[in-house]
Amino acid sequence: MEHALSLFVRSIFVDNMIFASFLGMCSYLAVSKNVKTSFGLGIAVIFVLLVTVPINYLLQTKVLTGIEGVDLSYLSFILFIAVIAGIVQLVEMIVERFSPSLYAALGIFLPLIAVNCAIMGASLFMQQRIEMSPESSQFIGSIGDAIVYALGSGFGWLLAIVGLAAIREKMTYTNVPKPFQGLGITFIVVGLMAMAFMCFSGLKI
Amino acid sequence: MSKLLSKENKGVFLAPLNIDNPIAVQVLGICSALAVTAQLEPAIVMGFSVTVIVAMANVIISLIRKTIPNRIRIIIQLVVVAALVTIVSMVLKAFAYDVSVQLSVYVGLIITNCILMGRLEAFAMSNGPWPSLLDGIGNGLGYAYILVIVGAVRELFGSGTLLGIRIIPNVAYECGYENNGMMTMPAMALILLGCFIATLRYLNRDKERK
Repeated sequence: MEHALSLFVRSIFVDNMIFASFLGMCSYLAVSKNVKTSFGLGIAVIFVLLVTVPINYLLQTKVLTGIEGVDLSYLSFILFIAVIAGIVQLVEMIVERFSPSLYAALGIFLPLIAVNCAIMGASLFMQQRIEMSPESSQFIGSIGDAIVYALGSGFGWLLAIVGLAAIREKMTYTNVPKPFQGLGITFIVVGLMAMAFMCFSGLKI
Repeated sequence: MSKLLSKENKGVFLAPLNIDNPIAVQVLGICSALAVTAQLEPAIVMGFSVTVIVAMANVIISLIRKTIPNRIRIIIQLVVVAALVTIVSMVLKAFAYDVSVQLSVYVGLIITNCILMGRLEAFAMSNGPWPSLLDGIGNGLGYAYILVIVGAVRELFGSGTLLGIRIIPNVAYECGYENNGMMTMPAMALILLGCFIATLRYLNRDKERK
């Protein structure tokens, strides 16, 4: 339990997807123009992470390295991305069928998530963390840990994108030098946010 | 030969290096651009790998573009790219193990690098193999050179070396010069890239207006 809590808090603040490992930057920069849509995307990312990371965890431990004498881990890239693309397609169809209003709200973002590096990155980090020592606070040793990790990193991503969107909304009233307008200043703002998040780096529970 | 290097194809190759740069203008593939540039060597390896993969994937997809059903094209593209990335990752592990450890998950993340999907969707799906190859190499190099510049600046000021060779002499340290530890931090990569993009846009301001 203690380990799960520590893993959760760490994956939100210390190993934040955006600020510590730059994952999901493309959609992070493209969709963070207003708070409402970025919140929708954040929820969608949490949801897809929650489904794909545990599935990939089971595949990694039971199939790729689970069969005695056969090491299939070189297939992990293809398998992970196929699972992610398939799940995203499936989620899209289910949401469309049962909740048209949510589908309309998420619409364009859902298919985009298949190529969001944060989703693939979470699966690859999960694969790395399985091999860490059990004492490490980043260790993932069970399906429960995998779910907690997915929830934490998704939540961290949501936090980051909503924060940036709020700043960018305010920034529209600011007189920014011309070459910096748009992308340039956004990068610098994200850099400053990352610096602020660095103060969490010693955090222990 | 003259047809192969026509003016159009030249434009396809050169535009991504400058006015249509994948990182600075199209804002694609930022994730890995930031994460691997703390030192010069991984930045070069990463840039090179991405160039090879974009070029190969572009050619393969443009060869089979007429047989791909439209509804499942994303999955097919992803599988082609994933297979190529697996090969590159194995080659890196065999011939440059240290760098591949440093790059860790970011080699696998080339799969979801938006440059790849962007180029496959926007170019390879509607053009022949030869222009696709040029477009792939051009975009790969446009990505690589920004990585190399950011990597060089961060390594030079962050640890005073380039490719592990000491550039800033010891005399400077004796006179009180200190490495800027901030440069090796992730946050600085973002700020540097922001300034770099602004510079590029300032230099290209006339072309952009057209």
